[in-house]
Amino acid sequence: MIRSLPRSKKYNFGFLLYITLFYVFLFAPLVITCILAFNNSDFPTLPWKGFSLDWFLSDTRDRLGLFHDDNSLQSIFISIQTAFFVSIFSLIMGTMGAFLFEREEFKFKQAFYFLALLPLVIPGVILGISLLLATNSAGTYIEDTFGLDINILRPSFWLVIVGQFSFISTFVLLVVSARLKKFDNSLSDAALNLGATKFETIRYIILPFLKPALIGAGAVAFLMSFENFNTTLFLVGSDTTLPINLYLQVRDGSTPIINAISFLLIITTSILAILNLVLTKKEVR
Amino acid sequence: MKKHIKLGFFIFFIPVFLWLFLLIILPQIDLLLMSLKVENDVGDMVWSFSNYNAFFKENIYWYTFVRTATYSILVTFLTFVVTFPIAFYITKVVSPKYKGFLTILLLMPFWVSELVRVYGWMILLRESGVINYYLMQFGIIDKPIEMLYNDISMIMGLVYTSMLFMIVPLISALDGMDDSYIEAALDLGASKFVIFFKIIIPYAAPGIVSGSIVVFMLTLGNYLTPNLMGGKNSLWFTEQIYNQFIASFNWNQGAAFGFLLLILSSLIIWIALKISKQNLSKALS
Repeated sequence: MIRSLPRSKKYNFGFLLYITLFYVFLFAPLVITCILAFNNSDFPTLPWKGFSLDWFLSDTRDRLGLFHDDNSLQSIFISIQTAFFVSIFSLIMGTMGAFLFEREEFKFKQAFYFLALLPLVIPGVILGISLLLATNSAGTYIEDTFGLDINILRPSFWLVIVGQFSFISTFVLLVVSARLKKFDNSLSDAALNLGATKFETIRYIILPFLKPALIGAGAVAFLMSFENFNTTLFLVGSDTTLPINLYLQVRDGSTPIINAISFLLIITTSILAILNLVLTKKEVR
Repeated sequence: MKKHIKLGFFIFFIPVFLWLFLLIILPQIDLLLMSLKVENDVGDMVWSFSNYNAFFKENIYWYTFVRTATYSILVTFLTFVVTFPIAFYITKVVSPKYKGFLTILLLMPFWVSELVRVYGWMILLRESGVINYYLMQFGIIDKPIEMLYNDISMIMGLVYTSMLFMIVPLISALDGMDDSYIEAALDLGASKFVIFFKIIIPYAAPGIVSGSIVVFMLTLGNYLTPNLMGGKNSLWFTEQIYNQFIASFNWNQGAAFGFLLLILSSLIIWIALKISKQNLSKALS
């Protein structure tokens, strides 16, 4: 049954078989996507026609490799920019939220905390459309009343950032709160007694303590933003992010260049995931 | 001193308040208001319930709504059934040597964008796909079968996409469980069936509930997977919302749909929390 108890051969075998099948199920789509990125064929299917780097490097008209495809490169660049701003902003807001809910006492705190968790249970599509509607109403109102045309209130690069920020902050808040709970208050009390101001204790004592959580939360925020689709879909203007761009390409029929992009994504995120894991493990020890 | 602390409190409170109020609450209110407005013959916006009436009168809307809800519950349940043995194996059966490795392997695919994972399944399953290629090679079939674009492949895709959010809480719940409970029960003559339902399931309940809430919510609000893997008849409610917004440009009708989806997801999650006697902040952190 469990580790410490004797188990029958049949039980062991059955379990092992299930686990193997599960991991095959887990990795099959990713592995096949990667392999087909190197297939010397015009379609992302088998048969295998030999190894080729064309879908990365080729510069001919009928075979445009990823590194020459401005459209895809542009969307990758926009996604990186978006994710950069979103992770910075949501790190700041999430950390402020963590301080507010862990270290301050105020009226209706429970209700406020509930509100802060709400973005996790509102479907991304709804967050997207409600922000689209709200900014549109605000934009129309400002234009009618003051005659001002404010660009940020239209679907655009910055609106995507605002939309992703609104729920990624909650994830940061949860991660940072979890770490802040473990903080030994006598450390900051000692600093305060020795004449440090409240913000000096935060700057020199609490923030260094939070560093691993901040790095971890930042990495997660970056990835969440990088691959967000549901919320972005409604807020995106002419600067399409990578997931939106990929979606349009997949929907309208696929070429192996999608495999090439996917291959790069899979490799980069795996490396990032492992790095993140190794780094946080070291910090814990 | 007192004034100083007050100032510090507001430095944390005001940004968090603005975030929650401007980006979460206000847009939802606007969503509700927009859904209650409709354009009259002269072209002015007037208050009306007709967007909601349209929903209740038109069978296709109703049908999609109920279908999305039932399928989401089904997907949540299937995800639990598929991932529970894995969580159990990793925490209780496999030798601790492999535990870390299996866990990392488990998490890795989920760092990759949902779009890439769905795309991988499309390459595997479609008519000219990899699975069909091998089935033909081995002479099992002589004509390719279309395995994509039906309800089964869509449900599989949704389960695949959301497994992570079930398995992580399950692992952390089972990890905290003392093996001696099971040993003791076995010594006292309990059957495996009894052990499973009277010991393991109740112990893992918090993990099951939090996993189920997140999986349910993500499935209900998913747009990508049903859109790319489901067939022409596999309607999903988020697609209706998208169509109203982007294709028909009927924002008021779309807002009504969005609000109905929001009510539905909140209601089901609230019922789930009541039945399982959990609360939101505990379930999510």
